[in-house]
Amino acid sequence: MSAPTAADLAIAVLLPDVLGTYSDAGNAVVLAERARRRGVSTQLLTVTLADAPPHGADVYVLGGGEDAALPAAARWLLRHRMRDALAEARAVLAVCAGFQLLGSTITDLAGRVVQGLEVLDADTAPGRERAVGEVVASATVATIGELTGFENHRGHTTLGPAVQPLAVPTRGTGNGTQQHGRPSEGALSGAIVATYLHGPVLARNPSLADHLLALATGLDQPPLDLPDQEPLRRAYLETSPHARGRRWRPIGRNRSRRRG
Amino acid sequence: MVAEQRFWVARHAGKLTSTLSRRLGRGEGAVIGGRVALALDPGALRRLARERRIALVSGTNGKTTTSHLLAAVLRTLGPVAHNATGANMPDGALAALADAPDAQLAVLEVDELHVATVAGAVDPRVVVLGNLSRDQLDRGNEVRAVAAALAQALRHHPDTWVVANADDPMVVWAARAAARTVWVSAGSGWSGDTAGCPRCGEPLRLTLGRAWGCRCGLVRPRPQWSVRREDCALTDDEGLSVPLSLHLPGAFNLGNAALALVAGAVLGADPLVAAAGLANVSNVGDRYRKVRRGRHELRLLMAKNPAGWAETLPLLEPDASLLLVINAREADGRDTSWLWDVPFEQLTSRPGVATDVVAAGERAHDLGLRLDYGHVRHTTVTDPVDALACLPPGKVEVVANYTAFRTLARRLATEHT
Ligand SMILES: [Zn+2]
Repeated sequence: MSAPTAADLAIAVLLPDVLGTYSDAGNAVVLAERARRRGVSTQLLTVTLADAPPHGADVYVLGGGEDAALPAAARWLLRHRMRDALAEARAVLAVCAGFQLLGSTITDLAGRVVQGLEVLDADTAPGRERAVGEVVASATVATIGELTGFENHRGHTTLGPAVQPLAVPTRGTGNGTQQHGRPSEGALSGAIVATYLHGPVLARNPSLADHLLALATGLDQPPLDLPDQEPLRRAYLETSPHARGRRWRPIGRNRSRRRG
Repeated sequence: MVAEQRFWVARHAGKLTSTLSRRLGRGEGAVIGGRVALALDPGALRRLARERRIALVSGTNGKTTTSHLLAAVLRTLGPVAHNATGANMPDGALAALADAPDAQLAVLEVDELHVATVAGAVDPRVVVLGNLSRDQLDRGNEVRAVAAALAQALRHHPDTWVVANADDPMVVWAARAAARTVWVSAGSGWSGDTAGCPRCGEPLRLTLGRAWGCRCGLVRPRPQWSVRREDCALTDDEGLSVPLSLHLPGAFNLGNAALALVAGAVLGADPLVAAAGLANVSNVGDRYRKVRRGRHELRLLMAKNPAGWAETLPLLEPDASLLLVINAREADGRDTSWLWDVPFEQLTSRPGVATDVVAAGERAHDLGLRLDYGHVRHTTVTDPVDALACLPPGKVEVVANYTAFRTLARRLATEHT
């Protein structure tokens, strides 16, 4: 595959008007800027509830929203047949409510069920209490490494048996469920990266941003120099129990059940 | 009898603690004093409020400023009890009333999550609601939930007048539950939380001027009072025009002044008379205060959330350098994600050299990284006082969020200039 030409990478932020509560649109800014610094120009598209979506964007970014906004977002995604667009995208990042909406069903506190896009084999139901706070999680892909972020959600998400979690949380709740005997955070499925982490997650975790950019461009992503990045990462990793030596260890008997 | 004694003890214990706390230099005595009194007697707030005409001021941004402006308005009628330090929880309200036993009028700034409690105890004549936007989401307070709780609280007070900003859809949604409302077109600079309808989540349509509406039927109510920005005036729907000459900067402070004058009018203060006194309000707590320190002349500005920053960035003088200070303690919200909703990119159009913006505070690097991605050249120095050394002589605009502001203002005061 040849290198993308100018403005070859179209990044669409879906529904920041209702899925913008937790500043996740910043993820698109991070992707665009990291691409730009490496000589790949980008186009940022903002798609609101009042718009029709651009099918065929290269990258789609969805964020978290208030619980009340979820049905309206789901209706919009289904009405505009976004399932196909997302399934064909080069890279998708879905955070929190965005993650839930890519799954099959989302059940609210009153027991009402909202249909998701079924791009991911995942179902969400309310947990006993809201998970709010810092998360540290070890990605299931070695090149992504340690992830940090801030979670703020009530939903617990159960992944289907074939879905790989994005990470294993060592601090915080993440999906709030176990996958193959280990706590899980987010999901990885082909070009889709889903997570409960805000921050925005790509600002906090440049390796995850570059994972998405590698998917989107097919190019290696050489490191970038952002002077505040390292001290920031250090600060978030140091405040975690992980750094104080309570490292999570895989439990032996569950290893054999992991997917290859 | 027993209750009265308890009340007396509670009130005096509270005052004593408050005085002690102030003498010991532990900062604001009001909260600690009020807390002691409330712990000793939960009915104290109700009894202290009896026989007084009380206005509550709430909302996300500008409530401290609006409460100061309203206190100035009401002083044209007589002495006013006021929680001027911004201690806006029930204990702060109690301390303010205890400190001014003879004031018939009171202005109580109240945190938007505590309106139900305080209103339940003091049965206010007026509740002022300026705006509702996202703030401290990590407490799980989605703005719609806050608006719903306010609506619930207002339903219990059918005799209370609610002075509400008609330009803020979330405020309208909260205030529509009230039996008596005065709608004020006070302006609204932030649409990030209300692009979706507060009631149904569908997109809001912006129509003519400041009007807005939704298919579900929620529309902007017709305002009885409006801020006219062109000539800085407050007008009513019968042709009255009140000049707003303020010392405080910014269009949003015109809105705050308008809400204060209308709330004052509900309590009997003639807006034409009261407006003259508003120009004397030059700083609010330490907000907008100017401080000379060494080779720098600082102006202290507080901005706590995206809406507050969006209002503050346009105020910054183009030839001043900038010291931006961010903490993320509990009172600020632990999550710093909101920095990404602040339009810092605006700063790239400022003239000046690379060193004239400093990112500081306990979360200086969160801010610094945000500025990196926004192409704002800056240096990052965690300690805000040390950071001043990086800045060229002359004017410095200091913008800080809540605890960063309070800590820095205190340090600048004690350090002496
Ligand atoms: Zn509606």
